[in-house]
Amino acid sequence: MKDMIITNLETIPGKGIVTHIGLVQGNTVRAKHVGRDIMAGLKNIVGGELRGYTELLTDSRDESMQRMMEQADRLGANAILNVRFATSSISAGASELFVYGTAVVVA
Amino acid sequence: MYALIFPILLLIIGFVFGRMNETKHLSSLNRREAELAHITTTNLKKLPQGFSESVLVTGNVVISIDYFKRLMATVRGIFGGPIQSYTILLERARREAILRMKEEAAKSGATMITNIRLQTSSVFQSSKDSVGSIEVHAYGTALK
Repeated sequence: MKDMIITNLETIPGKGIVTHIGLVQGNTVRAKHVGRDIMAGLKNIVGGELRGYTELLTDSRDESMQRMMEQADRLGANAILNVRFATSSISAGASELFVYGTAVVVA
Repeated sequence: MYALIFPILLLIIGFVFGRMNETKHLSSLNRREAELAHITTTNLKKLPQGFSESVLVTGNVVISIDYFKRLMATVRGIFGGPIQSYTILLERARREAILRMKEEAAKSGATMITNIRLQTSSVFQSSKDSVGSIEVHAYGTALK
């Protein structure tokens, strides 16, 4: 799984697609955290970046990617093409991070 | 009388620090953009010739508006028209997200990022009519 190639292009430079396996996806829903919320409350007065939230979303997206890669790995793929990200607000204080792509075997 | 002191104090703090933050951020954006100008960015899907390796790069930022500008935007919401403070906020967020993506690409030694996609979302909203914090996420394929 270490050498899984992930790209949001439809092709990979220097490689050809051998088999198309199909759509793979990964998601996570994360709620905000009280400690981070206090800091964010202060930031809402002075403006600027909410670092805690940036990190939270980065970590969640990495987890979604990990889930997508695991699924592709189980199906025997060695690359995921045309990857797309989606973010949606589920309820007050929770967000879903969703990632999907096409698992393929390249050589 | 005392009930008014706190909101007025928040407005002053928001105005002063919000302006300071914005000026600092904009000058930092200009400087870092000039440093990373050698990385070509496109949103084209077609793979250019002459590259042998590709890697997915991402950048994101969650940003919030200050108390003073939020009030100004609310006032604008009554009369309609352009809300300058949110325009600048979103511009800052987009430039920051793109820069973080470029920084990641520069670390892996890439010289070009292609098929860039940007998505904007309102995150961790506390109520339906509040704007809350804005997240901008940029991603693309870095080529070397």
